[in-house]
Amino acid sequence: MLEIKNLHASVEGNEILKGLNLEVKPGEVHAIMGPNGSGKSTLASVLAGNEDYEVTEGSAHLDGEDLLDMGTEDRAREGLFLAFQYPVEIPGVSNINFLRTALNEIREHKGQEQLSAKDFLRLVKEKSALVELDGKLANRSVNEGFSGGEKKRNEIFQMAMLEPKLAILDETDSGLDIDALKVVAQGVNAMRSPERSFLVITHYQRLLDYIVPDVVHVLYKGRIVKSGPKELAMELEEKGYDWIKEEVTA
Amino acid sequence: MEVANVIDEKKAKFMTPFEGSSALVDARPELKSEADLALTEIAVPTTRTEAWKYTRVGKIVNHDWNISPSTAGDIKEITNLDAYRAIFVNGIYDATKSNLPNQAGVTCQLLSEASDALQQMGELSDHNSDWLEALNMRYAQEGMALSVEANTTLDKPLYIVHYTDNTNVAAINRHLIQVARGANAEVIVHYVSNQTAKSFQSCVIESFVAENAELQIDKIQEEMTGESYIHATEWTKQARDSRFNIRTVTLSGQWVRNNLNIRVAGENCETHLFGTYMPRAKEHVDNHTMVDHLVPHCESNEVYKGIVTDKATAVFNGKVYVRLDAQKTNAFQQNANIVLSDDAHMYSKPELEIYADDVKCSHGSTTGQFDEEAVYYLRARGIGEASARKLLVQAFIKEIVEAIGDDAVREYCLNRLEERLDQ
Repeated sequence: MLEIKNLHASVEGNEILKGLNLEVKPGEVHAIMGPNGSGKSTLASVLAGNEDYEVTEGSAHLDGEDLLDMGTEDRAREGLFLAFQYPVEIPGVSNINFLRTALNEIREHKGQEQLSAKDFLRLVKEKSALVELDGKLANRSVNEGFSGGEKKRNEIFQMAMLEPKLAILDETDSGLDIDALKVVAQGVNAMRSPERSFLVITHYQRLLDYIVPDVVHVLYKGRIVKSGPKELAMELEEKGYDWIKEEVTA
Repeated sequence: MEVANVIDEKKAKFMTPFEGSSALVDARPELKSEADLALTEIAVPTTRTEAWKYTRVGKIVNHDWNISPSTAGDIKEITNLDAYRAIFVNGIYDATKSNLPNQAGVTCQLLSEASDALQQMGELSDHNSDWLEALNMRYAQEGMALSVEANTTLDKPLYIVHYTDNTNVAAINRHLIQVARGANAEVIVHYVSNQTAKSFQSCVIESFVAENAELQIDKIQEEMTGESYIHATEWTKQARDSRFNIRTVTLSGQWVRNNLNIRVAGENCETHLFGTYMPRAKEHVDNHTMVDHLVPHCESNEVYKGIVTDKATAVFNGKVYVRLDAQKTNAFQQNANIVLSDDAHMYSKPELEIYADDVKCSHGSTTGQFDEEAVYYLRARGIGEASARKLLVQAFIKEIVEAIGDDAVREYCLNRLEERLDQ
């Protein structure tokens, strides 16, 4: 599904990712943890095609397609989805209009017919229920005036609508209360399938109680320095990151 | 002296083609001599004149225009609009294309034939000290006089089309609208140019909104082929408890100057001014507005939004006066702009002059670039860059276009806007 080899990326001349390797197979959920500044969000941004970041070396492929060669929109059309850490407010653009445009552009890319208004609305109803998103929010401007929890639920709602191959959740849990966290996790779990993979970037182990990962990676100083089963997350929660740092420098 | 002579010669040469045609002002000799005096005495405004700092009147005065006949051809208009029609082609009223109101309590006739309205002409407008308004007063060829009697609602909007289709044609018109006590009227004024080379349109609308009456005006401006030069002025006087709403949508135009002047002369009035402009290439759009709060307990709300691209220029100058007596005034003004290229220019100047001490007034002016984070967000959902920008432009302008009450006019503007974004 996702294959990253020796990825180096920098922002404003500072190298953040320093040779990152990662392979995610179809149907797997991988968690990426790590201390602040280790490069977690950079990885998400680079994969999504944020032009503020410059890839200096390495490769990233999604189902064999060279991601780094594609613009942001083409990555999304090829099935990559990033749930943003800080979803942008877009006054005047309704959630519905936005999603219909997105869905139709993705379908057009895949050579599929446009969805009828009726089918589209049925899909909206079905998917918004998944994350318990109030129907009224669907008609409001994208994220405008949404609470933090609503914004994150809206990200998962969009993911459910667009049905990506690979979803990257960039600290979707940060700042969420436990109820909102459960709703988000429930939305993600409902979407787990043998054909869909997840990359869950998080700072806290708590999320992983609800979205149980197949593999946990520790990102430190721009590299994955340790990988293990879900128990690794527990260990990190208990012991913090210092022991990892010591291991790396040793 | 030599310079002055050259300028006078230019002035004279510019005005010569208008001399031959009969004018509305022939019925008002005193106005005619006032306008003549102003045209002689006042210098053509230059960019040294504050009100014309960014807009060159020379572009009009230095060009050879002609007064030419109405043509028999089809005009461009909003076709699916359920309205009465007053069609002016090259400044000349076209009876065959028009369909004037025939409703009890409503009088709608040519201004040249409306003796009462002719007597009121010039009561609000500034033909004594504004050179271009003097020009309009002196040479206006024809116009409409709409009078809606007390407690009468004009049952369909009056759709006035100013259409030009002759090369270098000048069209000079003025209208007068009287909405009596408790009456309602909606007027749509559509400027369309569709000729080779250039056209010049000058239009002044004087409106009198009586006690507890309501007047809505939608003003749509665009050029199809050729270049349009439009000088459009509205003067409105509101009596107590009245409502006046005006939306100005400048879809395109080589040189457009809108002057909107509102005297809020009665208590408990409401006034809404919305405007949008989206000049591109070398287009130039200048909106000057003035709301004069003379009395207490009134509310005015003004929102103008623009998108300026290529080498285009836009100007917004919004004056709000709150006079000493106008206590408890709520006056709100906002001008927001997006400038899309390095060569585009936006000049925004909000001017609030407040002499009363118990008022709520605010104004804001913002000029910025696209929100690139929003573009990225949309692209990250699979939306192509061009469509993403289009969505954002529509979202920005929507507030203004959606204020248009008539469905057909609103749809028309949205479609034209979309076509323009696709170009």
